[in-house]
Amino acid sequence: MPTLTIDGQEIEVEANTTVLQAAEELGIQIPRFCYHDRLSIAGNCRMCLVEMEGPPKPIASCAMPVGEGMVIHTNSEVAIKARKGAMEFLLINHPLDCPICDQGGECDLQDQAVAFGRGDSRYSEHKRAVKDKYLGPLIATSMTRCITCTRCIRFATEIAGVEELGATFRGEETEIGTYVEEALTSELSGNLVDVCPVGALTNQAYAFNARPWELRKTESIDVHDAVGCNIRIDCRGNEVLRVLPRLHEDVNEEWLGDRSRYAVDGLGLQRLDRPYVRVDGKLKPASWDAAFAAIKARMDGADGGRMAAIAGDMADVEAMLALKEMFTALGSPNLDCRQDGAKIGGKHRGGYIFNSSIAGIEDADAILLVGTNPRWEATLVNARIRKRWLRGGLAVGVIGGVMGSNDDLTYKYDYLGAGPATLTEIADGSHAFAKVLADAERPMIILGSGAVARDDGAAVLDLARRVAEQNGMISGDWNGFNILHRAASRVGGLDLGFLPGDDGRDVAGIVAGAGKGEIDLVWLLGADEIDMQALGQAFVVYQGHHGDAGAHRADVILPGAAYTEKDATWVNTEGRVQLGRRAAYPPGEAREDWSILRAFSAVLDQPLPYDSLAQLRQHMVEAVPSLGEVDEVGPGEMGAMGVAGDVSAAPFESPVADYYLANAICRASAVMADSSRLYLNGEEATGTDG
Amino acid sequence: MSFMRQNIRALLLWEIVEGMALTFSYMFRKKVTINYPYEKGPLSPRFRGEHALRRYPNGEERCIACKLCEAICPAQAITIEAEPRDDGSRRTTRYDIDMTKCIYCGYCEEACPVDAIVEGPNFEFATETREELFYDKDKLLANGERWEREIAANIAVDAPYR
Repeated sequence: MPTLTIDGQEIEVEANTTVLQAAEELGIQIPRFCYHDRLSIAGNCRMCLVEMEGPPKPIASCAMPVGEGMVIHTNSEVAIKARKGAMEFLLINHPLDCPICDQGGECDLQDQAVAFGRGDSRYSEHKRAVKDKYLGPLIATSMTRCITCTRCIRFATEIAGVEELGATFRGEETEIGTYVEEALTSELSGNLVDVCPVGALTNQAYAFNARPWELRKTESIDVHDAVGCNIRIDCRGNEVLRVLPRLHEDVNEEWLGDRSRYAVDGLGLQRLDRPYVRVDGKLKPASWDAAFAAIKARMDGADGGRMAAIAGDMADVEAMLALKEMFTALGSPNLDCRQDGAKIGGKHRGGYIFNSSIAGIEDADAILLVGTNPRWEATLVNARIRKRWLRGGLAVGVIGGVMGSNDDLTYKYDYLGAGPATLTEIADGSHAFAKVLADAERPMIILGSGAVARDDGAAVLDLARRVAEQNGMISGDWNGFNILHRAASRVGGLDLGFLPGDDGRDVAGIVAGAGKGEIDLVWLLGADEIDMQALGQAFVVYQGHHGDAGAHRADVILPGAAYTEKDATWVNTEGRVQLGRRAAYPPGEAREDWSILRAFSAVLDQPLPYDSLAQLRQHMVEAVPSLGEVDEVGPGEMGAMGVAGDVSAAPFESPVADYYLANAICRASAVMADSSRLYLNGEEATGTDG
Repeated sequence: MSFMRQNIRALLLWEIVEGMALTFSYMFRKKVTINYPYEKGPLSPRFRGEHALRRYPNGEERCIACKLCEAICPAQAITIEAEPRDDGSRRTTRYDIDMTKCIYCGYCEEACPVDAIVEGPNFEFATETREELFYDKDKLLANGERWEREIAANIAVDAPYR
């Protein structure tokens, strides 16, 4: 542990830290462009030069490892002169077009030029100009602004795991780009915009839209997948303009998937902004009273057993609790939050959460992925596996789930087999990978939600539990049994017990019952992924925010709030309770979902026992205490889960067929439609379509 | 004695005569009033009158939607919305100035990096209704076209001092 002195303060740090990191520990900020604490060190911008006593020249603090007895001055005359020189060199080829640059107002170069730049330029020769590169529909480029810090190259290569970006030519001629003109094939490409310290890479969808000082920033939670990424929602007026990641070391670090970042234009399109009632086969606008009256007319005197409710993939815990209590009061046992028909849930929480936590992946030394394509189902879980894999000593086995053209998970894995038969072999110990798992200190199984959503899902779950138990995945403080969900609402719904009651029907039963006329009324809380045609003659109430499949089939539409428009709770796949906050108001007459249910319960003369969100939350925590423990995780308790039985030979398939169009918000988004067309079908928007 | 003098002055309305003489004397001096609106006084090239959005000589609008004027405006009178134009350049889709809010401080003009928004020499833009003072982009561009010669001349005169 070397001791060094920085600006007169002595500090003892780990041997392999750099001078810049040591200074940061002391709270001393050293300006930098190319250094990023999650990327490898490049040391090419020279902005972090500091004076070190001894050598005649200033040193690059980001690349200089600390040494015993070093004396560093970060603000001496030499250091400041060096930085001013570095800044002048950087600005030689920078176009200084800040007024038309989208980075203006949040640009590292702009900020540091104020501190270390000259008032005027001494450079009168020709400036370099670089042709803009094409990086796909999500990223706008202006490569003349590039200061070749290579953060983007390092991000793409190291974190995203796609070696598509690189630098060509040398010296002043250096250009950053894809070697062959093509869109970046990464679901993390939006983060390039964040890592770029200048305006060379900017958000295409947000282009020229707003300045950072105009935006109202709200810290919230993402619901496009079950990872529960921490996000910041930037709004102007009532319009969500962009979504940025927020730091949470245990969930998303500082990254965000493209779907979460770029689907926000869908929040303004295809919205349900007023109630509708179907009259003579056509949906007609109606008042709230008329819509409630139409539902009440169907519910009055009806048998609770002939009613059912299904919660969708983005529903919040509060709304699900209100819906559950309303239907329980009506005497209906037909509740289900597992739209995909997954055979999970029940009283053992360990059986349906990601027990080892996302950060726990970094401790694992063998991972078995079953029936999942984590790259599409939970992009940041995949990034975490890659981060662990890069450190070395990780064996990854994959059974099914990965699809043809998208079989690159950004890390090396052994493809063990396609179906449950391979899982059976591992459980028997007859498969070679069983030995890898048995020898590993902290082995982990990640069971995709698609693998348990099959008819033999319960048997697969039981098989997976056997694999976990027989290979020492559950021992002491380590629980390597993980379910990887893909719906933000799922764990919350399972925690609440939004599940069929005694003799109740599950999703398949509800749909079949409705088709056969055994269920008269189906209440869909944002559920769009079930087969709407199969609902037969049932009266369908759709409560949600987008005019998607559910709304088209509905007999009554109750307009709800999207995730940016309500204060609500979600539980991520780890079982981490997180609070989303309202960034904008729902459009038109739409309301927060729990309040719609509370209002309707009063129409039914069975008012729910809460009048405010605070009361509802209090009630919720009393019912399920774990929902009160915000941002805490730990392994759930294990117990009997699944049903031992025969598994079919059908291969596991990943349930996500299209990353870019996975939910109602994405399907309304033009940016996501473009991405899907390009990345999945290889088609370029031609300008003549639409 | 002074009592007598005072009474006589009062009786003869002497002070009125003195005052009227002064008034009368101005009939023979140079006039300081002008026959507005047919005659107008001189204006400084830095005069801050009615706003205008300028164009380049080739007809391209100067404003690039950087929003610095909107940010600096102390009265928050300016509202801008922008998006990429079909050719990919950064342009405003909306540029509104609420002239009833504006305090004519000239900061917008100072902030503008391309001399697009300027306060021209026109001060005669009173209207009959309030609504007419909510200027939009068309109105401002029309002002720019109408006043371009004067504005360009003023900027040229002031250029050495900026």
